[in-house]
Amino acid sequence: MIRQPRAKDTLVRIRDLTFHRGTRAIFEGVDIEIPRGAVTAIMGPSGSGKTTLLKLIGGQLTPDAGRIEVDGQDVHALSTRDLYRLRMRMGMLFQSGALLTDLSVFDNVAYPLREHTRLTPSMIRKLVLLKLEAVGLRGAHQLMPSELSGGMARRVALARAIALDPMMIMYDEPFTGQDPISMGVLVQLIRRLNDAARITSVIVSHDVAETSQIADLIYVISNGRVIESGPPQTLHDSGGEWTRQFMQGLADGPVPFHYPAPELALDLFRRLV
Amino acid sequence: MEWLATLGRRGLSLSARLGRASLLMLAMLRGLPALLRRPRLLLEQLLSVGVLTVLIVAVSGIFVGMVLGLQGHYILSRFGAEATLGVMVAASLVRELGPVVTALLYAGRAGSAMSAEIGLMKATEQLSGLEMMAVNPEHRVLTPRLIAGIISMPLLAAMFSVLGVYGGWFVGVGLLGVDEGTYWAQMQSQIDWNDDVLNGVIKSVVFGVVCTWIAIFQGYECVPTSEGVSRATTRTVVHSSLAVLGLDFVLTAMMFD
Repeated sequence: MIRQPRAKDTLVRIRDLTFHRGTRAIFEGVDIEIPRGAVTAIMGPSGSGKTTLLKLIGGQLTPDAGRIEVDGQDVHALSTRDLYRLRMRMGMLFQSGALLTDLSVFDNVAYPLREHTRLTPSMIRKLVLLKLEAVGLRGAHQLMPSELSGGMARRVALARAIALDPMMIMYDEPFTGQDPISMGVLVQLIRRLNDAARITSVIVSHDVAETSQIADLIYVISNGRVIESGPPQTLHDSGGEWTRQFMQGLADGPVPFHYPAPELALDLFRRLV
Repeated sequence: MEWLATLGRRGLSLSARLGRASLLMLAMLRGLPALLRRPRLLLEQLLSVGVLTVLIVAVSGIFVGMVLGLQGHYILSRFGAEATLGVMVAASLVRELGPVVTALLYAGRAGSAMSAEIGLMKATEQLSGLEMMAVNPEHRVLTPRLIAGIISMPLLAAMFSVLGVYGGWFVGVGLLGVDEGTYWAQMQSQIDWNDDVLNGVIKSVVFGVVCTWIAIFQGYECVPTSEGVSRATTRTVVHSSLAVLGLDFVLTAMMFD
C-alpha cells in the first residue's frame, strides 16, 4: 500500500493537473503528493512529460487546469515577486547543468549568494568553498565550465542549487549520460544531501536501478497519467503490466516497441508517387 | 481559397511575433532600474558589443572614405569643382554612409554574435537556470545588451565618419593634389551641425535600437537547437539589414525634406 502522507507532511501537492502542448495532452488530471524530507522520484519513459512537470512545479510553465501547491502556496496564483521569493527556496539541477559558461566554477556557485544575500565577499568565499567541498570539487573552483566533464558540471550545478540552502531540490534526469563512477557519486550525493540538509528531493528520471536505490517514493507516469505509485520495492513487485515492463525494462508489454505504422510489407511494396 | 488561408495565417503569425517583440522590449525597459544598480553588467556588454566592433568599423570607415575621395575627385574635377571634395565626402559620410554602413556592419558582427549567444544560453538552459535561481533573465541578460547597443551605435558611426573623412583627405589631398586648406574650410562652412551631424546621430540611435532589438528577439525566440540558433543568426542579419535600409529611406525623407 502507498503511504498516504498527512497534509502537514506534504511539501508539493498537485491536484487534477492538466497541461497540453498544442493539441497534445501531456497531463490529464494528474494528482501527485511529494512528502517533505523524502526523496521522491517521478519516473516514466522519454517524452512522458517529466521535465515539464518540474517546470510546472517551478512556475516556469502554467497548467491549463488544476492546482500546484508548494509549501502551501499556489504556485500559479503568486505574483512575480512572490514566485521569485519561493524559487529562492527551491533548487533545480538541470539535465545539462545549465552553468553560466562565462563564469568560473567559483563564480557560478557564488552567483545566487551574490544575487540574493548581502554577505561579505569573505563570507561568500567560505560558503562557496563549503558547498564545493560537499560535492567534492573544492579543488576545481578556478576551472571554467568548458574544462569540466559532464559529471563534474552536474556536481557544480548541484553545489549551486544548494547554495541558498533550499527547502527542496528538483533533479532533472541527473544520471543521464554519466559514466558508472560519476553515476555512483551522484546517487550517493543526492541521498546524502537530502538526509544531511533535511531537504526534500524530487528526481525526474528514467534510470530505474539508480533511482530505485535512493528513492523513498516513486510515481510512474505515462500517457499523461500516474500509472502507479509507491515505495520502490512495491513497484518492482507490482502486478501491473505497464509498471512491470517499465521497471524491469522488458521489450514486450503494453508499450509497443514499434512506433505506429502500416504493415511492413505494405510499406515496402508501396508504389512511390 | 488556400492562398487566402495561408495569407491569413502568415498575417496572424507576423502580428503575434510583433506583439511578442513589443512585450519583450517593455520587459527589457522595466529592467533599467536594476541595470543602474549594477553598471558593471553594462560595461561588460559595451566591451562585447561596442569595443570589439571598433576594428571592423574603423577599417571600413577608412576604405569607404578613400573610395569617396577617389570617386568624388573623378566626378568633381570634370566640372572643375574638386575644391568641394571635402564637403562631398563629409556630407555623404555624416548623413548616410556613417549611420547606414555602421549599422550593417554592427548587425553582421555584434548582432549575429548577440543572437547566437542568447540562443545558445536558451539551448543550454542557462536562461531557465537563471529563472529558477529567482533571477529575471530579461533584466539580467537582455537589458544590458540593449542599452549597450543603443550607446555603441552612434559612437561607432561617429568614428566611421571621422575616419572616412580622413580617408577622403588622404586620397584627395595626399594623392590627388586637392588643396588641404580648401578641403577642410569647405567642409567647415558647408556642413551644418543640426541638419547634417545631428540628423546622422538620430539615425544611428534609431538603427542601434532596431538592430539590437532584432538581435535580442531572434536569439530569445529561437528554437533551442543548433539549427534554430543558426536560423536566428541568419534572420538577425537579414532582418536588421532590411530594417536599416528601409528606415534610412523613411528617416531621410523626414529629415531632409
